[in-house]
Amino acid sequence: MAAQPVIETQNLTKRYGITTAVDDLSFSITQGEIFGFLGPNGSGKTTTLLMLLGLTEATSGSATVAGFNPTKEAIKVKRIVGYIPENIGFYEDMNGVENLRFIARLNRIKDETSTAKITEALEQVGLKDEAFKKVGAFSRGMRQRLAIAEILIKEPTIAFLDEPTLGLDPEGTTLIIDYIKSLSREHNITILLSSHDLKQVQRISDRIGIMIHGKMIAEGPIEKLAHEKLGVEDKEISLDDVYMKYFQEVSA
Amino acid sequence: MNGISAIIRKELADHFSSYRFIILFALIAMVSLITTYMVGMGLKEELAAVAKPKFVFLMLFTSTGPLFSLVQFVAFFGPLIGLVLGFDSINRERSTGTLSKLASQPIYRDAIINGKFLSGVVTIAIMLVSILLVVTGLGLTLIGVVPGVEELWRLIIYLIISIFYIAFWLGISILFSILFRGIATSALATLAIWIFFSFFISMGASVVANAVVPIDQTNQDNPQVVLKHLKVQRVVSLISPMQLYNDSTAIVVDPTRKTTRSFVLMGPMERLSLSRFNRPLALAQSIYVVIPHIISLIAITVICFGVSYTVFMRQEIRSL
Repeated sequence: MAAQPVIETQNLTKRYGITTAVDDLSFSITQGEIFGFLGPNGSGKTTTLLMLLGLTEATSGSATVAGFNPTKEAIKVKRIVGYIPENIGFYEDMNGVENLRFIARLNRIKDETSTAKITEALEQVGLKDEAFKKVGAFSRGMRQRLAIAEILIKEPTIAFLDEPTLGLDPEGTTLIIDYIKSLSREHNITILLSSHDLKQVQRISDRIGIMIHGKMIAEGPIEKLAHEKLGVEDKEISLDDVYMKYFQEVSA
Repeated sequence: MNGISAIIRKELADHFSSYRFIILFALIAMVSLITTYMVGMGLKEELAAVAKPKFVFLMLFTSTGPLFSLVQFVAFFGPLIGLVLGFDSINRERSTGTLSKLASQPIYRDAIINGKFLSGVVTIAIMLVSILLVVTGLGLTLIGVVPGVEELWRLIIYLIISIFYIAFWLGISILFSILFRGIATSALATLAIWIFFSFFISMGASVVANAVVPIDQTNQDNPQVVLKHLKVQRVVSLISPMQLYNDSTAIVVDPTRKTTRSFVLMGPMERLSLSRFNRPLALAQSIYVVIPHIISLIAITVICFGVSYTVFMRQEIRSL
């Protein structure tokens, strides 16, 4: 069985001055899975993602993404990784299509090819009617869907999604989570999803990792974590309970 | 091209569709046309009854007319073009969150800043060339003199120097947009620099000159002291890119000017030779006079962009 790990880190550490944002992190993600990346704000999740993307350099330790070293082969990594940052920005004066076309051009997709792709992607995320509206007039939910469309256009093999449901209403959250699921199932994209919405993470993640103070304190399928921490086998266990248990343990 | 062409394309589209560009362009076009018209009418009257001197066409650019000459206007207002095009180029992307998105695309990081700078330079070039062409057209119909080959060359060199000069200011404003997070802060900082170099350098120069070589009643008749005083003043004012630009373009577009110095100490022999050989300089000679100025101007432009480039490349991406 064992699928190849596409993302692997070994003793990855990042220090900013005296604070350690990511502390000796070692974990791996296998091809095609959805990995739920949990942890309180400031626990080092975003820093980890930035290091995996080659946007920031690790202080020590190493990482490989699809066999590439993110620091030395940043361009190669960025070509196959789609990234939705925490507060994704768009060019407000440009409409949806123009924003996507710009991303396509940056990824060296020719205009002839991208036109059809853009139409298709916008249709998939339900923005067909808003395609020629300026992004400045988009709601938060629409922006996040546009971000998903960006991923669809780029067609990466891996996607890093940093809090894609932040600030969305429940309906919008469900919608985004469903799109993420389809990215994984239909487009076969390995997904690293960071979120605070535990219910939704539980719904789609194959495995989860809990990061607190720069350390991965738990990693594995939810059932396994629940079994370890709460001693229950029940499939109905909620991730909230598991997460809180770990959190209290670390705080204590 | 590593995505740089995509960035240049987008930036150019942004520049040409932005209100600030349209307003700036309209303003410059208007002032240039009015200035040219007034200068042209004046020239036409003056030239009505006399044999046409050489280089009449260039006078269109250098004669001050009732207000100021076109060359003076570009020297004063040109920096504003560069500043307005660049003051929010990086920090706006930072505040809207598009910068980290750009950086996560498969492009080299320097493609972002190179693209921004190059698209700015292209915009400046298009602006200046079109203004110059319109002015030339208007001048042709007004004074009815066709520019000679040498005049055209002088104009082309003038154009190139001007593009570098405005690109210097673009570089300054891009640097500020990297250094300052706030868009208003960088706008004010660029304006402050512009005002400083436009108005205060000349004041500062005379203050320094007075301190280093004071002129008072006892030595005001001593030509050596006066000359030294002026020399100090000149050297200080050459710190300003504006002064460098003014000096070099004045010589390039005006063949009758032979030195960048405004004050020349003359003995009888010099006076004699000046009246004897009062002919315009050849193009190569004019350039020879100002080549240090031109090289300095290009150098500070390159240095200024180099500093922006280094600062941008070294910034922690986290802060993007």
